[in-house]
Amino acid sequence: MEFLNGLVALANFVLIPAVAYGAQLALGALGVTLIYGILRFSNFAHGDTMAFGTMCTILATWWLQSLGVSLGPLPTALLAIPFGIAGCAALILLTDRVVYRFYRRQKVKPMIMVIVSMGVMFIYNGVTRFIIGTEDQNFADGERFLIGAREFKALTGLDEGLAIRTTQAITVVTALIVVAALFWFLNRTRTGKSMRAYSDNEDLALLSGINPERVVMVTWLIVAALATIAGVLYGLDKSFKPFTYFQLLLPIFAAAIVGGLGSPLGAIAGGFVIAFSEVGITYAWKKVLGYWLPDTLAPDGLVQLMSTDYKFAVSFVILLIVLLFRPTGLFKGKSV
Amino acid sequence: MSDRVRGFVLFGIVAVLLLGTGFVQSWNSALLILNMGLVSAVMALGVNLQWGFAGLFNVGVMGFVALGGLATVLVSMPPVSAAWSAGAGRLFLALALAVAVIAAAVLCWKRLRKGVRGWVVALLLIAGFFAFRAVFDPAVALIEAIDPATTGYLGGLGLPVVLAWPVGGLLAAGVAWMIGKVALGLRSDYLAIATLGIAEIIIAVIKNEDWLARGVKNVIGLPRPMPYEIDLQNDAGFVQSAASLGFDATTASTLYVKLGYGVMFAVVLVLLLVLAQLALKSPWGRMMRAIRDNETAARAMGKDVTRRHLQIFVLGSAICGIAGAMMTTLDGQLTPGTYQPLRYTFLVWVMVIVGGSGNNFGSVLGGFLIWFLWVQVEPMGQAAMTLITAGMADGSWLKGHLLDSVQHMRLLTMGVILLLVLRFSPRGLLPER
Repeated sequence: MEFLNGLVALANFVLIPAVAYGAQLALGALGVTLIYGILRFSNFAHGDTMAFGTMCTILATWWLQSLGVSLGPLPTALLAIPFGIAGCAALILLTDRVVYRFYRRQKVKPMIMVIVSMGVMFIYNGVTRFIIGTEDQNFADGERFLIGAREFKALTGLDEGLAIRTTQAITVVTALIVVAALFWFLNRTRTGKSMRAYSDNEDLALLSGINPERVVMVTWLIVAALATIAGVLYGLDKSFKPFTYFQLLLPIFAAAIVGGLGSPLGAIAGGFVIAFSEVGITYAWKKVLGYWLPDTLAPDGLVQLMSTDYKFAVSFVILLIVLLFRPTGLFKGKSV
Repeated sequence: MSDRVRGFVLFGIVAVLLLGTGFVQSWNSALLILNMGLVSAVMALGVNLQWGFAGLFNVGVMGFVALGGLATVLVSMPPVSAAWSAGAGRLFLALALAVAVIAAAVLCWKRLRKGVRGWVVALLLIAGFFAFRAVFDPAVALIEAIDPATTGYLGGLGLPVVLAWPVGGLLAAGVAWMIGKVALGLRSDYLAIATLGIAEIIIAVIKNEDWLARGVKNVIGLPRPMPYEIDLQNDAGFVQSAASLGFDATTASTLYVKLGYGVMFAVVLVLLLVLAQLALKSPWGRMMRAIRDNETAARAMGKDVTRRHLQIFVLGSAICGIAGAMMTTLDGQLTPGTYQPLRYTFLVWVMVIVGGSGNNFGSVLGGFLIWFLWVQVEPMGQAAMTLITAGMADGSWLKGHLLDSVQHMRLLTMGVILLLVLRFSPRGLLPER
């Protein structure tokens, strides 16, 4: 019983939040890694792309709500995601046409592209704040819990409750669907194969008649979808605030690099590695250890390895360790 | 137009802009912009040293600026003797322990056999971490318990605040050395992410370690190198000389103090600019640019690229630290909550790119120009927006929203300026020669 209680507490406070957070990071990191693989630069504007897509979704959600549309127990935002993706894709394609294409044709160094993406980051940031402001926006509606702590206790008779929020469940399910669709697309369709070919060897791909502009456009469309979905899931699970999305850049990049830049599978693994370590190291283990250890060994303090404010430090240290000992990431990424 | 003429014209434009602010708005705002412009120019010099000379992509400027601010507190605030006697010994013991553990881990890694060393080092680090926390936590609790509403930290050394500027540089240099030692071997965009992360960590440490500088409770009332305005106003001699120049005492005192800061900052800027210029023209500067342009060739010529990179990374970060200490001195307070990467890292990058990377004068120009725009875009945007919304009905939702959103124009403007310069004048306003 003690052991089960500990396990439930662990699941409630560490495993479930980390899985949800990891799925959100993985989707974000997939976007970063795709851009790196195809367009060959680290996109600093990715956090703000996510913010913009989420903002479009929120606006569409409000519009749908005002029409009285709802999904019942599910958040209305799920219905609004296509609008968000469309808005985000429009912005990204416009950016590519006006900004990135010029530099791509000039074949500038990757670092110049990064600086260009810094400029784009400023603009997206400004646009998002201009339209929706800097405040927190909570746009989750519908049923709050899939299973509440009290119901769980009544159901199982344990002392510890297990609460699964609807948003957490939705995050995991959506992420699974999106990732499955992405891998199917990359491995099975003609366009997806040409994307991988372009990423592996640009010259050879061009020789075999692959249209680079088309590959780039499809990549941006996929990135828009991934960024919007990741942003909406994060926003539903926590809340939407432009500045937080900007800060997500660090764990997302850490995830992409830990997994190996350019490797989609690595991005997913990296997302979960980062999420589990962040949550695990900043969680106060007193409760779980209290159940698992004999009373004589039960800890006095909180057994929190680091305060939650240091979660950036966690992703950073993991990043450094991986870079020092396995410079191309867990799954062999590419290096420019 | 030759480069020299171009430089004169552009700096002339900046001067006209500042003078215009003085005549149209007020001399106080003009001096305020000038002072922060001087600080920004110093930051831009630091980043230019790293990016322009050596091609190092450092997006952790904010962290080094904050370290400079921290140095100001540590140098100039009076020590809190109660806190020192309560827990300082134990605290330093804990820090020494942490250093010892890390040193031992590094030593083990270097000396031990391949199969065992991973486990030994991991075990050592984990055990060391818990030992450190066991010593460290009580010490922190003791220190933070001393009068938490006003102090709750160790205080500083009570030395003159100007001394904090070189100390800020040294502190930043020390941290930069540690980061550089680990991260400089990495590829350029990995270095970017690493510096981005380290800046966030430095801010997190300053925010959370209350024993160090009170964290988010802020340290206010830092000692100033200039007298307080109110003291000047009560000084009969000052009031008299102000009156003889045709100023009232209040205006004269504020202008006097700001001018004083301006002169001090200008001295630092000129000094650093001369040094940077000498470095650029020296064999060392040519070597740096050779490394930047072709690392492999430079290595083939026998240059130790990693060491040179470390050297210039430390120097550039030190300059950012000096600028940070100057800025905190000007503010008179350390508020860790206000450090934001867009303002302290990426804006400095805009300054360097717009000014012209690789050209010291360009960076200085960029520092002044971009800072001027950063401050003035808001009133300009306000005016433009008032004009646009003039036709709309008062109290309409859109009008209110548009007027409220003006403050976000500056981010947008900075992005547009950066992209325009990158597109049409990719080497900046004053290109590298």
